Amino acid sequence: MGLLAGAAVLCATGVAMAEPTTGRPVFDQVSNMFQPVSVPAAKIRDLALLVLAICGGIFVVVGGLIAYTLIRFRARPGDEHREPPQVYGSSNIEAAWTIVPVIIVVVLFLATARTINELELKEPPESALQVTVVGHRWWWEFQYPEYGIVTANELHVPASTPDAPRPTFLWLESVDVAHSFWVPRLAGKTDVIPNRRNTLWLETAQPGLYLGQCAEYCGTQHAHMLLRVYVHTPEDFARWVEEQKAPEAEVASVAAGRDLFQRTACINCHAASGTVADGTFGPSLSHLMSRETIGAGVAMNTPDNLRAWIRDPQTMKPGVRMPDMKLADHEVDAIVDYLVTLR
Amino acid sequence: MTAIDGSVLPAEAAARTSFWIRAHEWATTVDHKRLGLLYISSGLVFFLIAGLEASAIRAQLAFANNDLIGPNTFNRLMTVHGTTMVFFVGMPIFFGFGNYLIPLMIGARDLAFPRLNAFGYWLFLFGGLLFYFSWIGGDGLYGTGTAPDVGWFAYSPLTSPAFSPGNSTDYWILGIMVAGFGSTATALNFVATILCMRCPGMTLGKMPLFVWMMLVNGFLVLVALTPLTAAQVMLLFDRFLDSHFFDTQAGGSAVLWQHFFWVFGHPEVYILILPAFAVASEVTPVFSRKPIFGYEIMVAATTGIGFISLGVWAHHMFTVGLSGPVNTFFTASTMAIAVPTGIKIFNWLGTMWGGRIRLRMPMLWVCAFLFEFVIAGLTGVMLAVVPFDWQLSDSYFVVAHFHFVLIGGLLYNIFAGIYYWFPKATGKMLSERLGRWHFWVFVAGFNVTFGTMHFQGLLGMPRRIYTYDPGRGWDLLNLITSLGVILQAIGILFFLVNVLWSLRRGEDAGQDPWDAWTLEWSTTSPPPAYNFEKIPVVQSRRPLWDLKHPNDPDWRYE
Ligand code: HEC
Ligand SMILES: [Cu+2]
Repeated sequence: MGLLAGAAVLCATGVAMAEPTTGRPVFDQVSNMFQPVSVPAAKIRDLALLVLAICGGIFVVVGGLIAYTLIRFRARPGDEHREPPQVYGSSNIEAAWTIVPVIIVVVLFLATARTINELELKEPPESALQVTVVGHRWWWEFQYPEYGIVTANELHVPASTPDAPRPTFLWLESVDVAHSFWVPRLAGKTDVIPNRRNTLWLETAQPGLYLGQCAEYCGTQHAHMLLRVYVHTPEDFARWVEEQKAPEAEVASVAAGRDLFQRTACINCHAASGTVADGTFGPSLSHLMSRETIGAGVAMNTPDNLRAWIRDPQTMKPGVRMPDMKLADHEVDAIVDYLVTLR
Repeated sequence: MTAIDGSVLPAEAAARTSFWIRAHEWATTVDHKRLGLLYISSGLVFFLIAGLEASAIRAQLAFANNDLIGPNTFNRLMTVHGTTMVFFVGMPIFFGFGNYLIPLMIGARDLAFPRLNAFGYWLFLFGGLLFYFSWIGGDGLYGTGTAPDVGWFAYSPLTSPAFSPGNSTDYWILGIMVAGFGSTATALNFVATILCMRCPGMTLGKMPLFVWMMLVNGFLVLVALTPLTAAQVMLLFDRFLDSHFFDTQAGGSAVLWQHFFWVFGHPEVYILILPAFAVASEVTPVFSRKPIFGYEIMVAATTGIGFISLGVWAHHMFTVGLSGPVNTFFTASTMAIAVPTGIKIFNWLGTMWGGRIRLRMPMLWVCAFLFEFVIAGLTGVMLAVVPFDWQLSDSYFVVAHFHFVLIGGLLYNIFAGIYYWFPKATGKMLSERLGRWHFWVFVAGFNVTFGTMHFQGLLGMPRRIYTYDPGRGWDLLNLITSLGVILQAIGILFFLVNVLWSLRRGEDAGQDPWDAWTLEWSTTSPPPAYNFEKIPVVQSRRPLWDLKHPNDPDWRYE
């Protein structure tokens, strides 16, 4: 039953419908490793299919042998007191079932070694977009040194076209415990380890949104450390970069909220361009409204959800490292009014 | 040979004495058979507890965005479940089998060091209790308790004081360490006994395969537990003496812990699975009515596995960002271990081939084990393919893989062993009818749960998440996975009922109910405290075959 269901989901087009539950993000995508959209993921898929075919073959042969032996040599009524011929072994047969597995293993090993070699890329190529990924408990920070952009949880990268190849090269770092960066349709996972700089690359021609999440247990909210990777056409990506670099518009009507924000401890943990806030403990709030989700995918980024979050983040994401700020309702409203102008 | 204490009382006299006298006898016993039974029954109690923990985990994961148990409880449950199953279920139950059977199989009257043996058992038990005490004392006896929540491999720096305040992690360290000292004692005992106390005529080449595998296992325990204990001591230094081995905030290395842990952790897998192979290697010949096929190559494969298992640990770390050549080396070594493992499967098959297979309960479990273990082995090969592993590692695929090893490989053989030797230990047969219910319901439940899990993994579901959103292709699969647990629980109930019922009303077993060939079947069921009236003398690997077929004995052919 489970096998059938699994196979069915695996073969499905990768699009499943989802009933939006209150406040939760809508994920309409299955992160199926057999539907790669990026070079490394595609290479892994090809190797995986080869390995699956070989292993499947072995399973059929050995499983069939076991079943056949059980049926063929099962004791029949009347056999109780007769013993079968006593055979102690046979060097030839034993040699055969040592050598055949050795050959299979050598083939698998060579195929593996080749792909390891193909996928290894320790230094970024000239044309690559470089992003530094910093794992935090329990959210992701993305720094684009090239553009001076810092954002959170939603990674934006350009598509790579034949005439303008543009792979993305990620430097992986952590400020606290070990995490792991995993977006199955783009690449295999690589751990994000403190005191260590790992690398990962992807190259895709297919714009779209790809989901993933932290794959190394990192404490209380490991489950809500989601990743969203947006792949844009080169033009759209350039537009996104410009938006992120532009200064925030100062909207006069929310001056009260902005003041309050700057007078509260928010600024110790968060940065926001155009204000004194320059904290780095939490995600940067600059251009907050350009993100679709908040809290590393725990809720959609709507004014209502922002209000709920600031009133008490611990309810939405129990254990989260942002405290309940104990603000009065009108203070929360003022701050959210300000936050929604950060476009 | 036997110690001068309560355990020399003959069985009938013991039955007549009062509860307290009997409790005192069991608590002070140094008899290998009683300690074996204590190991097995304590292991089974821990098994039931850890099973309940797993059920709570699966109840939480049955539906998307479920909030039956919150993240904190979930993380503690998954940590405690994993730790219990590995350290307080798998190891002790097989130590129990070894305890009970090694002296009987080699014609000895006890293990080499009976008191050390008792010491080992009590260390294990108190280690387990200390670990579970964390639920009450994890925060230092004030406030509410908290069990450790760092995962069963306790990756640093999650365990450093900054991320793990309170004492829960210390209970994890100390509980395992105490039990580990016990395991070391027991392993030492096994090795010494097997090397020095075999009966006349039993050369190394004539030992039952069970004994061979327990010998290799003993060596592995001695070698592998050391790095774990060392790493745990270093971690204690980090936590209490401000050293910085693993404390990344102060320049320590997170990867160092991973190396230490898996240098222990991978051999540990074989420490768990070799005794399971040992059971299969005894059951298969007896129920196929043929000697084991290729005894010598089985021994060679076992030793081969023992050695290679010490050189594969980094396959747990393919996603850590080790260099290409390192990854390639560990692919090679990991795949190499598939060869001796495959040889074993083929030799069991070769034993069955041409036999007259009696599908009684022990054999049924071994046959099911063969199927599940082929699957476990093949998913293992997939995980050894480094780039494939980059997708599969730390996903539900891995969870499925190691449950196929630990349940399909280990637990199935524990059941096979219990059905096989229960008559020897108690003098009663287990019921075949209840046994079949137990078998079919449990096997079905197991495959529903863990067969399905492979697919969540392929669809990108990481392990150890306490909840997930709908619409990612995981909902239905998780529901099916959780439903399978109900079947498994019913299966286990059948097993418990079977044991309790058969203890009272089971058919009398007699000395040798399976018409078997190794020495334990030449003495009464249950055996007397001194095991054998006269120390036996053997001439072949199947001494009882020689006795039963005086004109066609084995030693003519071996
Ligand atoms: C102690 C540090 C701290 C303080 C003070 C703090 N936050 Fe946060 N905040 C965080 C952290 C950490 C996160 C990320 C949590 C997560 O996703 O796990 C966060 C997340 C957020 C987010 C969601 C951002 C996103 O993209 O996911 C918003 C909005 C936010 N905080 C607003 C505020 C406001 C407004 C205040 C002041 C009233 C405030 N925070 C005070 C630490 C803090
Ligand atoms: Cu994480």
